Amino acid sequence: MTVPLSEIRIRKPETAPDPSPEITRQPAGHEVSATATPAVSSISEVRRYLLSRGNSAFADKSFRTLMLLCGISIFAIVALIATELVMQSQLSWHKFGLPFFFKFNVDPETKLPLFWDPVNGTFYALPFIYGTLVSSLVALTIAVPLAIGLAIFLTEMCPRFLRSPLSFLTELLAAIPSVVYGLWAIFVLIPLLREHVNPIFIGVFSAPLAVKLLGWTHLVGDDGLFGGVNLGLGLLAAGVILAIMILPIIASLTREVMTSVPNSQREAALALGATRWEMIRVAVLRNARIGIVGSIILGLGRALGETMAVAMVIGNNPEIHRSLLSTGHSMAAVIANEFSEATSDMHRSALIEIGLALFLVTILVNGLARLLVWAVTRGTPARVN
Amino acid sequence: MKTRVPENRARNMVRTAADHLATGLAILATVLVVMPLVAIFFYLIYKGASSLNLAFFTQIPKPEGEVGGGMANAIVGSGVLLGVASLLGIPVGIGAGIFLAEFGRGTRLANAIRFTADVLNGVPSIVMGIAAYSLVVVPMHHYSAFAGGVALSIMMIPTVTRTTEEMLLMVPHSVREAALGLGVPNWRSVLSITLRTASPGVITGCMLAFARVAGETAPLLFTALGNQFWSVSLNREIAALPLQIYIYAISPYDDQHRLAWAGALVLIVLIVLAVSLVRYVASRGILKGAS
Repeated sequence: MTVPLSEIRIRKPETAPDPSPEITRQPAGHEVSATATPAVSSISEVRRYLLSRGNSAFADKSFRTLMLLCGISIFAIVALIATELVMQSQLSWHKFGLPFFFKFNVDPETKLPLFWDPVNGTFYALPFIYGTLVSSLVALTIAVPLAIGLAIFLTEMCPRFLRSPLSFLTELLAAIPSVVYGLWAIFVLIPLLREHVNPIFIGVFSAPLAVKLLGWTHLVGDDGLFGGVNLGLGLLAAGVILAIMILPIIASLTREVMTSVPNSQREAALALGATRWEMIRVAVLRNARIGIVGSIILGLGRALGETMAVAMVIGNNPEIHRSLLSTGHSMAAVIANEFSEATSDMHRSALIEIGLALFLVTILVNGLARLLVWAVTRGTPARVN
Repeated sequence: MKTRVPENRARNMVRTAADHLATGLAILATVLVVMPLVAIFFYLIYKGASSLNLAFFTQIPKPEGEVGGGMANAIVGSGVLLGVASLLGIPVGIGAGIFLAEFGRGTRLANAIRFTADVLNGVPSIVMGIAAYSLVVVPMHHYSAFAGGVALSIMMIPTVTRTTEEMLLMVPHSVREAALGLGVPNWRSVLSITLRTASPGVITGCMLAFARVAGETAPLLFTALGNQFWSVSLNREIAALPLQIYIYAISPYDDQHRLAWAGALVLIVLIVLAVSLVRYVASRGILKGAS
């Protein structure tokens, strides 16, 4: 260990994490190539030159690799989720195949369709798909006009002092956990629907005139959209609570898209003599329509996957009825309810297959929505959250 | 010529009426959106506050049908689960955000990661539960707090990644170049200069992710499973506040409904506090020294 003192003195600053410029030795060619490269990328010429200096190449490379691994792990997570879902649902896939999603057995005694009977090993997913779709459609029907109205009010009409509190309130609506919505729905919304709202719909839909005129559509009367027993629980209640939950998402994205419409468009419309509503219609809504459709689809994606609140109000009944007042079931809700108490491997596998379907559908829906929103807002800075 | 004037006037009246109608409808929509929010908060406070007492915070649940008891174990359990989730999710999320903003800017890989993160953000929470069940519970052969933490951490990653990236992008180039010009190695410059400058914004993102998973029930149903007794072990089933609210909300006993409301109030107060804190911090500037 006979190292000259002079060597140590020179090497010490080199290995320290803070190398000073006069000691760093760098091959000359490196610097030339760095300065010769035109600054085409987002990294400036100065920065490129600075990065090429210093002797922390190993530390920098390891750091970069570590960060790259973090980034790649997001791919890995999605890939792992997908493979696990596919592997674990093999059992049910091999037994039932594609008919899993649309077939049913017929009960030999009652002659009624039989979809889901864990005791006898019947697993067909149709009622869950039906319940998910119907409750999401009800939710969109209620939420879309309200969300667009709110977004228009917030961007175009709202006095400045109200804007911040109102957007804070809608943010809060998004922050309330699903299970709290469910709790509120069980004890407040369902009694309200049963006592006050549903009787109105039942009255309208079973009015003699409506039945006479529209009876052929089977949408009115006792076997129509609002026929049957009025429990409060059911597809309508699930749709209403879903509507409240997806409102903030649709409203905030719609607002973002509408804000990104340039003011010159509004001013041009107003200068041509448009009223405010005409200006909104012609300049804002028309320019933002693709983004608004994107935000609606994003809301749909959220509604399809929503679990707890739906599981608490939809009634958990794996049957298909036309009436919105009847109890039903949804894809997410059946997994939540039955997974931890699955009676057999086949039962569990069938539930995972429903989960896989839900995963694929939400990926498709979300990907589509992101593309649409991105197409409209790409010029403007991205939003937090 | 004379006949055109009243025509125009009628047309203008229709246009003005349509304008007023649209304004009215927009205001109506706003009121209808705010109404359920007010109703939810009213009921939470009205039903929750009357059921809150010291026992709620200090006792564990009583056996079914008995009156009294609290959710102390669920509050602690939620803390444990969120701690595990944050420890696993936040470093990975911040790392991915650093990669997107500092190293991968404009590359195809970065765009793909960004898109995947957005997709992961939209995956239903119940599917995360299934994933954590297959990845952790099945190999370990039993339900555990760790599995619940993994499920929640996966849900935190996309939010943390995207906010970290956006905050880092706001740091001016001159700051990075100044650090490099002083001879600071790049890794050190990213960690101590860029990330530190953006730290208020990054913390905001972490809080948002935290608030989002704090109320999640679905991914815990068959990973953490819930527990009626004290447990802080990562290797065993653990209680969680949202899970306990769910179990009590669908139970037939009035006293458990009372506890469910109290639990919901506590949960919402925690989340609202987190969100308000985030807004307060964000309003003071998301870059250090920028306010």
